[in-house]
Amino acid sequence: MDLIAQQFFNLDIMRQAWPLILKGLTMTLLICAAVIPLGLAGGLLVALASQAKSAVLRRAVSACITLFRALPPLVLLILIYAGLPFAGIRLSPFMAVCLAFLLNNASFYGEIFRAGIESVGRGQWEAARSTGLRGPQIMAHVILPQAVRNVLPDLVSNTIEVVKLTSLASVVALPELLHSAEMARSVTYNSSPVVLAAGIYLLLLWPFVRLMSRLEHRVAQ
Amino acid sequence: MDLAHFLDTFFRPDLIRSSIPLIGKGMLITIQIAVAVVITGFALGFAFAIVRARGIKAINALIIIFVDVLRALPPLVPVLLIYFGLPGLGINLSSFAVLWLVLSLVLAAFVEEIIWAGILSVRKGQWDAARSTGLGFLPMLTHVILPQAVRLTIPPLTNRTIAITKNTALGTVIGVGEILNQATTAVSFSGNATPLMVGAFAYLFIFIPVVMLGGWIERRFAWKRA
Repeated sequence: MDLIAQQFFNLDIMRQAWPLILKGLTMTLLICAAVIPLGLAGGLLVALASQAKSAVLRRAVSACITLFRALPPLVLLILIYAGLPFAGIRLSPFMAVCLAFLLNNASFYGEIFRAGIESVGRGQWEAARSTGLRGPQIMAHVILPQAVRNVLPDLVSNTIEVVKLTSLASVVALPELLHSAEMARSVTYNSSPVVLAAGIYLLLLWPFVRLMSRLEHRVAQ
Repeated sequence: MDLAHFLDTFFRPDLIRSSIPLIGKGMLITIQIAVAVVITGFALGFAFAIVRARGIKAINALIIIFVDVLRALPPLVPVLLIYFGLPGLGINLSSFAVLWLVLSLVLAAFVEEIIWAGILSVRKGQWDAARSTGLGFLPMLTHVILPQAVRLTIPPLTNRTIAITKNTALGTVIGVGEILNQATTAVSFSGNATPLMVGAFAYLFIFIPVVMLGGWIERRFAWKRA
């Protein structure tokens, strides 16, 4: 028991690691602030393209979505971070993370937005057209607001996953929360900093996880 | 960058040939972990949901904490915590075992949550009717409640299973010899990006059919909206 306390809940070591962990947390939040809006915007574009008149465009978008859903995000990140330099394109870890997550998240958010758009009944389109609105206006003022409301739980749930994904940035040495905790661990030979980081992730995400269960159970009942 | 140079950097034929056996080995390990994780994760998740349906407060509180924690933590955190932490307690697990254990627990947490939502969706009258026929708790659950609950849960279960089996790539961080690990090792030996491309194609080879199957299942079992 003492050994567990010593190895995982060592307050002295946690205190020492705290400034480093705090810096890591700032970086994690910075990544989130970049990749969540990017992913949402990319996803919206993907969803709109999937409704396009041109069959070629629809096929191409659908193929890209399948491709980026099939590649594990870590593989995509390493391809970009370690593969692109061979083509003379050297991205900073932060840019590599942004690009990899944009490609990955746009596909997942895109599928959610698409499901939302398709959940809005035909009648809404016809009613909107009959009031004299044009295509883009109908989409922006009539369809999207209802679509987003219909898939809001999925959007929240996917955003939780995106925040969790930011921990992958530690693999390309971007000093975010997990990477800072890992550095502190490897210096102190003690896992307490990682436990501290785990605590921070829980603090950030637990309220949303709880909210999601509530929503799911309410829908079910 | 001209085409010849591009092909030489990312698709060099001799390196494609030499990395295929390595990546093949990685694919085998990736598939092994994925299958093991799906089996144990589903078994555990179903078990937790069934125990939760019994409605014993103290045990349910423990299950809810377990499920919430594993849903909120990025899976890489428990992977690193267990792989580097347990040896300090004198417990040494292989990297394969750690990855399998963590991904199984994460999948179990999501499966429990989804199955539980499914169980809640079955109307109370079904429980009463089943009980009135004299069924015990387990037969009632397996013969009456779960068959009705499962349909609703199939699309989210499929999506979650795909997402978690893709996380086998995390094994590369602790040195599990799966596809990504084999690919990055081969890249550092050859100084050429070809093995990484072969690795990426290996993932696509495994997961594109899985993603397409998932999409089909989702459409097949989705609630039809009016």
